[in-house]
Amino acid sequence: MDRFVFLTAAGLARGAVLALFALSLVIVWRTARVVNFAQAAMAAAAVYAAFAVTAATGSYWAGLLTGLAAGALLGAAAERGLMRRLPAHAPLPGIIVAIGLVMVLQAGLAIAFGPEHRPMHPPFSERPFVIGGVPVLSPYDLFTLGAAAAVMAVLALLFNRTSLGLQLRAAAFAPETARLLGVRVPRMVTLGWALSVAAASLAALLLVPTELGLNPHAADLLFVNAFAVAVIGGLDSPLGALVAGIGVGLLVSYVTGYASASAAPLAVLALMTLVLLVRPGGLFAAREARTA
Amino acid sequence: MKTSLRALAVTVLAIGGTFGLDPFRNYQLATAAACFAAVAGLTVLVGLTGQLSLGHAVLMAAGGYGFAYAASAVDGHWLVVLLVGLAAAAVVAGLLGLLLGAAAARLRGPYLAGLTLALVIALPAAANTLPLGGDQGARAPFFPVPDALANLIAVEQWHAWLAIVIAALAVTPLVVLRSGRAGLRMRAVLDDETASRLSGVDPGLVKTGAFAASAVPAGLGGAVLAIATQQVTPGGYGLAFSLLLVVAAVAGGLGSIGGAAIGSVLVTVLPWAIDELTALAPADLGRRLDGNLAVLLFGAGLIALTTIWPGGASRLLDRLRAARPLRFATPSTTTER
Repeated sequence: MDRFVFLTAAGLARGAVLALFALSLVIVWRTARVVNFAQAAMAAAAVYAAFAVTAATGSYWAGLLTGLAAGALLGAAAERGLMRRLPAHAPLPGIIVAIGLVMVLQAGLAIAFGPEHRPMHPPFSERPFVIGGVPVLSPYDLFTLGAAAAVMAVLALLFNRTSLGLQLRAAAFAPETARLLGVRVPRMVTLGWALSVAAASLAALLLVPTELGLNPHAADLLFVNAFAVAVIGGLDSPLGALVAGIGVGLLVSYVTGYASASAAPLAVLALMTLVLLVRPGGLFAAREARTA
Repeated sequence: MKTSLRALAVTVLAIGGTFGLDPFRNYQLATAAACFAAVAGLTVLVGLTGQLSLGHAVLMAAGGYGFAYAASAVDGHWLVVLLVGLAAAAVVAGLLGLLLGAAAARLRGPYLAGLTLALVIALPAAANTLPLGGDQGARAPFFPVPDALANLIAVEQWHAWLAIVIAALAVTPLVVLRSGRAGLRMRAVLDDETASRLSGVDPGLVKTGAFAASAVPAGLGGAVLAIATQQVTPGGYGLAFSLLLVVAAVAGGLGSIGGAAIGSVLVTVLPWAIDELTALAPADLGRRLDGNLAVLLFGAGLIALTTIWPGGASRLLDRLRAARPLRFATPSTTTER
């Protein structure tokens, strides 16, 4: 029972990060109808920027802000410089260009910073609180949960309650109509990319201090798991990303705790395959147009 | 018939070519042949049905493991061992491909790419969880040079011969498939699923079949690698290698088998050549550039090709081919495409 409580707490913190990264995939899917396969590499680049600033100034918070800004800039630059030039309505070129971007960014980071793992220190203690003899969340886990929840709440408010959010949604759902009504659709798409990569960078920034250290591939597994989350929840659904993120986080935590750490990726793969075979659109997806 | 003759001619030419290469080049040739088998499968899958698989390295690994275990299990003449191993490689990879294809038939672009990406990332975990020998992998039997040839060629050259023959056996059926009725059906499904369904072509069946047909050569390519290196490790079939296969397919031009050959040689030789160059750089810089510079260049090439020159090497070949007869024949109105 103690173990179950501990694993549940750890799974919640992990799930919050997963949900945030999955949400970033949902945002870019909703604004541009592409899955950004370079999200992990871009997030890793942003974390390196944060790492460099933290090392230079000694302030974690300056690094965090730099990381977010770097992520947003990278996202906007990738959209303006590359993705916009590709033919619309064919997913293949977008995926291939994103893979090229992954190779360039990861190799570039390894050349610039060296291939070794750089330790990153969390701003709060990682020693868990003990409640009734059971170790539960650490202060850093609480910070992770709080930051992820706050950002998701802000994004939800932005998309659902502000005029900018309305324009973003309009640009994604009906680009031509939106443009006729005066929405600057290209600008909205760029903004969507910037928001998305910034959110992904935050997720990676929260995750890396709890892992082995920073290296160009630090976010790869996070991306794969978050992609599974986004698929399980439905690529269109922010709520699905949240629920599936927590669910997959708990699943990974339980499998790691009760079976072995190496079985966790297999469990996620199996769950994703199952959902894709039973409900290809994801559990929370609204029905698309009739196809048959 | 024409295809088989052409394949035979290319095979004989390639085997003759091994006499001009030193042992290390012959080893590289065997690696390139293995990549060629896998990339040919991948390029047909992506080019003709539009299904992008990022997980062909896993299919190669499946073939490699199948080959290693089956070939180690039988005793006898080396040819028997080889054939049993190859059959197992084809069956294991084909079954995995069928399974993936069944999932792929229901999925579109990004979903399939993500699923196959997850498969690549999960491979080391699978090797540690399933009885596949963990990170050490499995040992494949060693095929020494037959006695009749022992005085003539070195072992690397012999492995290059085996690699060339296996690659030819793996790719030739694919060429036949591509230019025949099945290829037509794949193109029809890619162009318009509803229209092809109305014409009595089941898109799900075609997609699943295409995936399995592309998995078998990939598995045989894995068997070739297992012969050349005498082992199969999960580390050898990671994400980087899987992405290299995609680079080779794109560089060669999606859908083109000849392009796949060019692309495979490119991704085998270029990283080695670049690493030779970076070894000349000062120690620290050289260590950082080692392996990474090639990936950087490949990534930049992938972006440049997709945005500026889609079609890759095959388009170049087509141009050369189209340019030659024009000088002699009277200009026709339909040469522009």
